[in-house]
Amino acid sequence: MDCFVASLLAMTPSKAGYGTSAANGTHMDLIADHITHRFGALEVLDDVSFTVGAGEVVAVVGPSGCGKSTLLSILGGLLQPSAGAAELRGAPPPESLNPLTFVFQDFALLPWCTVEENVEFPLLDSGPTPGERKTIVDDALRRTGLSDFRGTLPKQLSGGMRQRVGIARALAVRPAILLMDEPLSALDSQTRELLMEDFVRLLADGSMGAVYVTHNLEEAVRLADRIVVLSRRPGRVREVVNIPLTRTERGDIQAWEKLLALQSELWSLIREEAIDAEREVQHA
Amino acid sequence: MLDRAHDQAGPAPAGKAELRPVAFRGAGFSPKAGRHAGWIALLLAIGLWQAAGSAGIVNPLFLPTPVATLRAIWQLAVSGALWQHLSYSVMRIVTGWILGTVAGIIVGFGIGLSSLARSVGITFISALFPIPKIALLPLLILWLGIGEEPKIATIALGVFFSTAISVYSGVDAVPRNLIRMAQSFNVPFHAIVRRVIWPGALPSILAGFRITASIALLLVVSAEMIGAEYGIGAFVLQAGNLMQTDQLLAGVVVLSLFGLAVGRLINWAETRLLHWR
Repeated sequence: MDCFVASLLAMTPSKAGYGTSAANGTHMDLIADHITHRFGALEVLDDVSFTVGAGEVVAVVGPSGCGKSTLLSILGGLLQPSAGAAELRGAPPPESLNPLTFVFQDFALLPWCTVEENVEFPLLDSGPTPGERKTIVDDALRRTGLSDFRGTLPKQLSGGMRQRVGIARALAVRPAILLMDEPLSALDSQTRELLMEDFVRLLADGSMGAVYVTHNLEEAVRLADRIVVLSRRPGRVREVVNIPLTRTERGDIQAWEKLLALQSELWSLIREEAIDAEREVQHA
Repeated sequence: MLDRAHDQAGPAPAGKAELRPVAFRGAGFSPKAGRHAGWIALLLAIGLWQAAGSAGIVNPLFLPTPVATLRAIWQLAVSGALWQHLSYSVMRIVTGWILGTVAGIIVGFGIGLSSLARSVGITFISALFPIPKIALLPLLILWLGIGEEPKIATIALGVFFSTAISVYSGVDAVPRNLIRMAQSFNVPFHAIVRRVIWPGALPSILAGFRITASIALLLVVSAEMIGAEYGIGAFVLQAGNLMQTDQLLAGVVVLSLFGLAVGRLINWAETRLLHWR
């Protein structure tokens, strides 16, 4: 196992990820710089460092309670770390209204707003004129297949459609890096599969990077260019694993075997700690 | 190719033992209010009351019949006395309620949004909320004179504390994730308050209105009984003193109808404003 992972570690990152934003001359990296975080006496993250390059998709996996979501909150500026910092290097694409944009696990839709109003919400105070807003919202709804649901309230939508609204809202501000906090974990497996296909499509051209926090290793190997494996609490970077296939290649049936092997390698990395973490949670 | 199984929809294979249905045990524990039963019961009660009065079982001085009460209401309406009393009461309720509600919403939002206001405000509100506000009326009369002001101030005080509490609990109950979402899109503070916290707190604020409307009604009647020439409370008290029990009940019925109308108004506001729930 170690040998397999080591061979992956030795490989260079997939070049497929470095797409149009780099080609545009804009290049923004997101850096976790020795991030440590405590909630009171509870140490959650310990000296976590890694870099997300422009157009690159980095998955963060680890046993439950290892601080994955806390790390994402810190990276997105919603939480101040106890030590270390989240940093940006380079300029975001000029057209981006919100370079670091979250997609939330629980969708975080305003229940009193229609689909259209939810997607428009981040644009209301950020500059675009009403006419521009309409164009942007139309485009985001079209890309997520929501054009027929503009006037629908979130409560009338299925979980998968709700998350599509969350994604449309994120796309509307033209992010440089998406911060995705277990975006599929509240959904059933069929919906998950459908949205996974959407993610692959959205991230295919490399115009957006992403930090994809998940406990689901299959999602991680299907989507990520690199996988950061965290240890159990306090979360430390145990391994950084490169995925030696482009996302398009991964759609191939021949690639499945490779991905499955990779997934089981990752699982064996995490399994012992997941057992410990589970016991710990039950004692708490 | 999928290997499809056939003949699955057919009847169960005949076994040796007899078939018996699984006993249903999921009944009950879901009471539903019928549309008509309540009205029928109410009419029945009124009918019994009328019958008892007409048959002479009950002394009409102690309990006037529904018909006598209705007649009294009619006479009051025709003479114009009803509107005079009602207009005084409504003016006091509306003024006091608006003053208390506006102040309560401002203070409630302050407590919900600012640490300083919260630390100071909650202490004061916890200390002052339990005081029966009507007990302050004599003091308010000393401060403000014997005109309308002390009555309005009593109502405003009663409404204020309840409103402040329901507003800050409403603000507290706005899901954190929605606020974090708005922050993650760099939505400015004032826009988060207006577009996220206000609509998110509205259900609790409207529920508070229901309570403060009844507080206002209770306090207006009490205040008018303590010292007022006009107003439904004053009218009911006078009628009692003069043993005009039909008039007294007429006043009570008018109060109850007023309360019902306010309740309807709040229902209407809830369906209009909270259709998203």
